[in-house]
Amino acid sequence: MPATIAPLELAAWTATTALGHGRGAQLAALREGRSGLAQTPIADAVLGDCGLQTWVGAVAGLDTPLDGAWAEWDCRNNRLAALALAQDGFAAAVAGARARLGAARIGVFIGTSTSGVLSTELAYRARDRDANRLPDSFRHRTTHNPQAAAEFVRLQLGLDSVALAICTACSSSAKVFAAASRAIAAGVCDAAVVGGVDSLCLTTLYGFNALQLVSSEICRPADAQRRGISIGEGAGFALLMPARAPGALALLGYGESSDAYHMSTPDPQGRGAALAMRDALARAGLPAAAVDYVNLHGTATPANDASEDQGVCAVFGARDEGGPPCSSTKGYTGHTLGAAGIVEAVYACLAVEHGFVPPSLNTRTLDPALRAHYALEAQSRPLRIAASNSFGFGGNNACLIFGRAA
Amino acid sequence: MRVAIEAIGLAAPGLPDWPSAARVLRGEAAHEAVELPAYAPPLLPPNERRRATPAVRQAFRVAEEAIAGRDARTLATVFAGSDADMAILHRICAAVAEPQKLVSPTDFHNSVHNAAAGYWGIAVGSTAPSTTLAGYDGSFALGLFEAALQVVSDARDVLLVVFDVPAPPPLFDARPLACAASCALWLKPEGGAAPLGHLDLALGDGAETTLDAPALEALRLANPALRALPLLRRVARGEAGAVALPNSGGRALQLHWQP
Repeated sequence: MPATIAPLELAAWTATTALGHGRGAQLAALREGRSGLAQTPIADAVLGDCGLQTWVGAVAGLDTPLDGAWAEWDCRNNRLAALALAQDGFAAAVAGARARLGAARIGVFIGTSTSGVLSTELAYRARDRDANRLPDSFRHRTTHNPQAAAEFVRLQLGLDSVALAICTACSSSAKVFAAASRAIAAGVCDAAVVGGVDSLCLTTLYGFNALQLVSSEICRPADAQRRGISIGEGAGFALLMPARAPGALALLGYGESSDAYHMSTPDPQGRGAALAMRDALARAGLPAAAVDYVNLHGTATPANDASEDQGVCAVFGARDEGGPPCSSTKGYTGHTLGAAGIVEAVYACLAVEHGFVPPSLNTRTLDPALRAHYALEAQSRPLRIAASNSFGFGGNNACLIFGRAA
Repeated sequence: MRVAIEAIGLAAPGLPDWPSAARVLRGEAAHEAVELPAYAPPLLPPNERRRATPAVRQAFRVAEEAIAGRDARTLATVFAGSDADMAILHRICAAVAEPQKLVSPTDFHNSVHNAAAGYWGIAVGSTAPSTTLAGYDGSFALGLFEAALQVVSDARDVLLVVFDVPAPPPLFDARPLACAASCALWLKPEGGAAPLGHLDLALGDGAETTLDAPALEALRLANPALRALPLLRRVARGEAGAVALPNSGGRALQLHWQP
């Protein structure tokens, strides 16, 4: 088992999804049980001629190109990053930390799965088919290349340490917390900006559809009739530093593991997922019984929800064993893929800050085969510790634990 | 941060494995830019071996060389590269530009940046943590940085695998990598046996270290994985000293090698 880690305070934190811009919009929608998902004509405006019958969680306000010095970085993914950085005083908080600690002492760790691939898709659509040439305006390094997501954030925030992009599919922006924790513990950085950005594109819509994982109905996590995912987009960031005072909202633990099972299907027993949850508890120095809420990966595919249920029950106990309430928030935002880790880390922190368990949205009839304690109604109660699960293709698992620094 | 290097794998045109590359880097043999022979990873099950993409093969050939038949189940892994499998990205972007948008399901699950890492975990039966990161031309430096952090934080062995394969046209014009290449380092905590030597790492300033021999300098710039060559040259020659690696944005990675 890994050793405990020092808690890292979230000195600033924010998320932007189909629910709106910033933390307040997220909290309001979670409280109201309002989904940001809509049927695909909305996505058609974004994606051109997406003919897929499905639901997507699109972020509003991404139609204005980045200009001036940022024009070469213009793509949907970087527009979304810039929009999210402007919420909740996040960029200002980083500027304050930069003035105090120095630009060279704050690392940037960003998760993404597809970065600005939409730019390449559009370039292929517009390519000269006779000459087999992409348009001259196409830029790869600053849009589609996955490191663009991290380097754009580093430049936007005026930082001068590392810009590391983690790309482990749908666990990407959970694993950034682990990487940042290690960098701070080793003294390489004094603080870190962690986060994730992933935006709508045809690659993921048609790719997941080819794997028969996209639902034509709105996604229904843990429902007996669940048919698959709804795809969303999102971005979120947190400024992490060693906790400055007791009671500060903090990352308490992280766990990472691999399934060693299959590229796109989770281990049916959820063993890899359980390993990540146990490692996160060990790093937090907490027993499983200390966890008051689990934000599930909960994609609403039949295989994911069944596998995760096994893992959660093995670690935290089933509903009839007194297991903690858990819920997927994918019914609100859709699956934001490489941004899911940070978006749901923000939701876990909102749950701690406001003493609130968001209910599983769009779940009509709970799958009787699932044994964990699914929250189908909103619950308001004191909540000290929340865990958040994120799992990706390749059998890549991460679990984060948030609470108050001792 | 200080880590030990247990073993190395390398594959590039004219440098088909670490022993051959070491001879070239020591000046005992001339570099001849011959294409890498095809490689079928023995650790993949026969079905997967047949279907493995060029990027997965490129990653496996150096990971398998570094492991050299030893048990790799307990090794955490860090995979790094600029662009995942660009041939797959090309096929998917071409497919979604057509009215039918027929994406191959296999292409899609192989398109994730961590596909090679996923196949590796399955092949060796490892449930250990695995990170895949993207660092454009600084992928070797950033991969080494993350792998070393894992070694010192968790006092465990970590296998670093850095690889990239060139894109087909028309994507090639936007990211013209001159060749496919990969390298692997098996890193260990300091203190125990260090068959090859120790490496100290820190972020800092400094111009990137280049190579004097024009052919090797061209190779260093031909693929992000080959930004490792100035360090590997010191290892091959048993020469203590400093190496600066660019990390593509932000600060350079300053290394000091002690055989």
